[in-house]
Amino acid sequence: MQFKARIHTSLKKSVLDPQGQTTLHALESMGFKEAKSLRIGKYFELVLEAETRVKAEERIHVMCDKLLHNPVIEEYSFEIQEVPS
Amino acid sequence: MKAAVIVFPGSNCDTDCFHALKDVVKVPVEYVWHKERTLPKVDLVVIPGGFSYGDYLRTGAIARFSPVMESVIQHAQSGRAVIGICNGFQILLEAGLLPGAMLRNKTLEFVCKHIWIRTEENLTIFTGQMDPGETLCVPIAHGEGNYYCDEDTLKSLHDNSQIVFRYSSEGGKLGEEFNPNGSKDHIAGIVNKKKNVLGMMPHPERSSEDLLGSSDGRKIFESILNALE
Repeated sequence: MQFKARIHTSLKKSVLDPQGQTTLHALESMGFKEAKSLRIGKYFELVLEAETRVKAEERIHVMCDKLLHNPVIEEYSFEIQEVPS
Repeated sequence: MKAAVIVFPGSNCDTDCFHALKDVVKVPVEYVWHKERTLPKVDLVVIPGGFSYGDYLRTGAIARFSPVMESVIQHAQSGRAVIGICNGFQILLEAGLLPGAMLRNKTLEFVCKHIWIRTEENLTIFTGQMDPGETLCVPIAHGEGNYYCDEDTLKSLHDNSQIVFRYSSEGGKLGEEFNPNGSKDHIAGIVNKKKNVLGMMPHPERSSEDLLGSSDGRKIFESILNALE
């Protein structure tokens, strides 16, 4: 089976995000007063093969832990869906 | 003493490091391409600065999985010397040979200038030629040198005397105005607990000769030579 994973990584809440803060300030100065908080992260689209959804999820966790995110500063989340191969 | 300089695609301080070792401190040195799986018999491994793999994903994140890195990790774990400069420091952090991680500079700017660092710890093979508190004029050139670690790690760095260099004034004063990137606790360089692996953002190889505006960085290479000869 083939799955598509949408993986997000972002800086942990405890880590300052100067890029996010600067972008938030830009929004505020453009008049978007409703903007209260902004964090910038990364987005990955990964297509992978796996026997089952559970196995696909397991492999994605391993990929995130080994390479896609740095656990010292970042956290990650993902959702997956089956796609036609 | 013999040294090896690792070359990744995107390394751009490899030649400078090679020159500083070979011509300035007169150490036999060779390049090692990142695809090699074994290291030559050397006492010191230098991971130079640059933009390995274009800084894709995170600085150092891809280089950390280059074939040669397994041998570098073994070299470090066997207690032999490794120095990572700038991107080399970032690679050592990603490889887990040093604690913490790098964030984008607080100002979001790429900073390229000479700054001062204060020697915090001279009981290492990298700093034996300096006095504690001695300041060095060395250049930095990075966009992600904002060192970060959590509070427990910071405490452990202090408790084990692992903070080797901090950004300071020429006279050795600490302060936000002397910190070029927002680095935690003004950290510019750290060693591992065994003190055989050094990571630092400033470039000693670019400040090893008077011609370059400062020769303070040479003391770091001389310290290594003195300790390992």
